[in-house]
Amino acid sequence: MAHAHTHDGVNHLDHSHDDHHHDKPTGIGRWLYATNHKDIGTMYLVFSLIMFFMGGAMAMVIRAELWSPGLQFVDPLFFNSMTTTHALLMIFGAVMPAFVGLANWMIPLQVGAPDMALPRMNNYSFWILPFAFTLLLSSFFTAGGGPAGGWTMYPPLALQAGTSFPLMIFAIHLMGASSIMGAINVIVTIMNMRAPGLTLLKLPIFCWAWLITAYLLIAVMPVLAGAVTMLLTDHYFGTSFFNPAGGGDPVMYQHIFWFFGHPEVYILILPAFGIVSEIIPTFSRKPLFGYEAMIYATASIAFLSFIVWAHHMFTTGMPLAGQMFFMMSTMLIAVPTGVKVFNWTTTMWKGSLTFEPPMLFSLAFLFLFTIGGFSGLMLAIAPADFQYQDTYFVVAHFHYVLVSGAVFAIMASVYYWLPKWTGHMYSMALAKTHFWLSAVFVNVLFFPQHFLGLAGMPRRIPDYNTQFTDWNRVSSLGGFVFGLSQILFVIVIIQCVRGGPKASAKVWDDATPEGLEWTVDSPAPYHSFETPPVITEENTHPSH
Amino acid sequence: MFDVNGKKLTAVLAGLVATLPAWGYQNQSSYNMTQGVTPVAHEVYALHMIIFWVCVAIAVVVFGAMIYSLIAFRRSNGAVADRTLTHSTKVEIIWTTIPVFILIAMAIPAAKTLIMMEDTRNSEMSIKITGHQWQWQYEYLGEGVMFYSRLSQNSNEARQRGSGIDPATVKDYLLSVDHPLVVPVDTKIRVLITGNDVIHAWWVPDFAIKKDAIPGFVNESWFKAEKVGHYLGQCAELCGRDHGFMPINVDVLSKEDYAKWLADKKAAAAPAAATALNVSAPAATAAVAP
Ligand SMILES: [Cu+2]
Repeated sequence: MAHAHTHDGVNHLDHSHDDHHHDKPTGIGRWLYATNHKDIGTMYLVFSLIMFFMGGAMAMVIRAELWSPGLQFVDPLFFNSMTTTHALLMIFGAVMPAFVGLANWMIPLQVGAPDMALPRMNNYSFWILPFAFTLLLSSFFTAGGGPAGGWTMYPPLALQAGTSFPLMIFAIHLMGASSIMGAINVIVTIMNMRAPGLTLLKLPIFCWAWLITAYLLIAVMPVLAGAVTMLLTDHYFGTSFFNPAGGGDPVMYQHIFWFFGHPEVYILILPAFGIVSEIIPTFSRKPLFGYEAMIYATASIAFLSFIVWAHHMFTTGMPLAGQMFFMMSTMLIAVPTGVKVFNWTTTMWKGSLTFEPPMLFSLAFLFLFTIGGFSGLMLAIAPADFQYQDTYFVVAHFHYVLVSGAVFAIMASVYYWLPKWTGHMYSMALAKTHFWLSAVFVNVLFFPQHFLGLAGMPRRIPDYNTQFTDWNRVSSLGGFVFGLSQILFVIVIIQCVRGGPKASAKVWDDATPEGLEWTVDSPAPYHSFETPPVITEENTHPSH
Repeated sequence: MFDVNGKKLTAVLAGLVATLPAWGYQNQSSYNMTQGVTPVAHEVYALHMIIFWVCVAIAVVVFGAMIYSLIAFRRSNGAVADRTLTHSTKVEIIWTTIPVFILIAMAIPAAKTLIMMEDTRNSEMSIKITGHQWQWQYEYLGEGVMFYSRLSQNSNEARQRGSGIDPATVKDYLLSVDHPLVVPVDTKIRVLITGNDVIHAWWVPDFAIKKDAIPGFVNESWFKAEKVGHYLGQCAELCGRDHGFMPINVDVLSKEDYAKWLADKKAAAAPAAATALNVSAPAATAAVAP
């Protein structure tokens, strides 16, 4: 096992014995009892991919039913359970575990640590997830079918559910526990296991983004747990937290839920910001512009995310002063978000750009996330929000930020680091085909939904007036092609795991990837850094 | 030069709009918000278009810079990276400050419209709207008139799975009701919106009203329709199995026609109220009067 680089002063012990000998368990035990951050990271990523396809299949049911007016395939209640579980699977099953998987793989490599700080808790936080989602999905086989009150679970509607209700609540408790453990692990690893000399302001921007995300997770997941527990006791133990007949308040649930829900939105996007902030500099061959400004912008967004929650609730009849406050605070988020977009653009300015698959996905992120940002700004304007709220305009908005935003960033990161994980290069041609199909059809899928919403189509309806047929058909067509093209993603990954041209330590040799992960071999050794690497100008962010 | 092109583009777009077929919603384009028929709706539409064009202007600058970079700084074009360009406090301050001013400029008209929307004073009549799974209930406060409004019979038949009825043959499919809400034109009408079972939302795009109908709460809003007509809307908050099937219709009549309609309704309600136990209209209205 040759080391392709010696220039950076990293102390390379011979890692080769780790790859084949005593401390690398084999068979099913390797995965069940896994404490290695790479194995756990892999399990997270594979789990996330499975959930992405299951959630995607539900989206296909939705788009098929909406292909034309009239009810063709499913009962309205089943349709509602499709929209509900699609959201829960994509948010808690696909995007969040993907980010935790990436954190597991990359944070120890980026901070020069041998592993995550709390490996057993790491194992536990992963293995909770399959049980949580089995519980959630098993509710489809109970009397009354799956949860159908929307992923936001607003009472009193959520309380009308059948047996699916407690299953969903317990599943959410488990997902929350898993997320909190994952977050604690990230914080402890970054705070305590950085290589000597790797100060916080030399930390790779992906670690920074995740550090801030982890604090958000710890702050708000218990709030969600509290909200759903109150739902549970309202349903089964005669409490009246949200029941007006008993002196409770259904709107209070919405306040509590969105106090979790809005930071949650940033939990789903801040790691994505971190990812594209790694990739754009690499393929621009320039350091990230405004590294410190990026950190401050991320922290500002995280702070603001706690004081904007009621912009999801303008139509609930808040006092005028409340609406004013939440409108203005929400508009403020455009400032740090704008700073980020400007910094990414300036990173490319006077660069030397090439367009490998990770860069392509990051560029699509840059353009399409910005479109989602514009519609977000429009939604912040309370009087206009009265027309947008609960229409397809909102659906278009959050899919632009979550699919062409978060999901594209995850795909970019996989294409960026996959050779580091497997030691093989993947098929560039296939990956680029995957990119172009995804980037084109994600727009065919979601752009017409802006029109549908403005023209008056409410969200979460299984059937619609004939005036909405044309755009729904375009959207469904885009959805089917987008869905099918994701199979290419799986093919690229499987091919790359099985073999392919050998990847060098730096993988992107003719670009300028920064960070410690590029100083170890590809595939990365089973235990990343047994002795701390030496931090130099070359292997950290160069502006410091 | 640019101006001429802009005008040409506008003309082409206007032409395209004109060729589009008329749709079910009144005044409704198939891809943009309705301009509406109330003062508030006009304000909201104007605000929507202002934000939209502000976003377009920002997009031209930002996407322009991105696209320029993608073309000018390609390595295949021989671009060499300037690795010294890593930060600039000056530009960071500029692009933090400029958006703040743009946002303030947007917030001022938005705040004005919001204040206008919330001002329910000096209303000339009040209607209480209650959302039920899955129909709407309308009570004319002080008039003793109350009725329910649900999906029209022909839409309800066509929407059943396997009905064999082509929705295209049904007028206002899923948008028409049996008994529309009837109101007079040019009259400031206060609506009191509440829910009976779960949360619904009463939404009429042409009035720019969308208010949640929440059990245990009475939300207020108002509208003043400027044009006689038949306006359509839908429930906008997920309320269970038939959420997609509880539309809203508002008939705006001339003041004389409305007075006639109300008199007929009262005459019909009077003998019914004498016999029916549950439709004691004066008692019901007294209970909800604020
Ligand atoms: Cu409803």
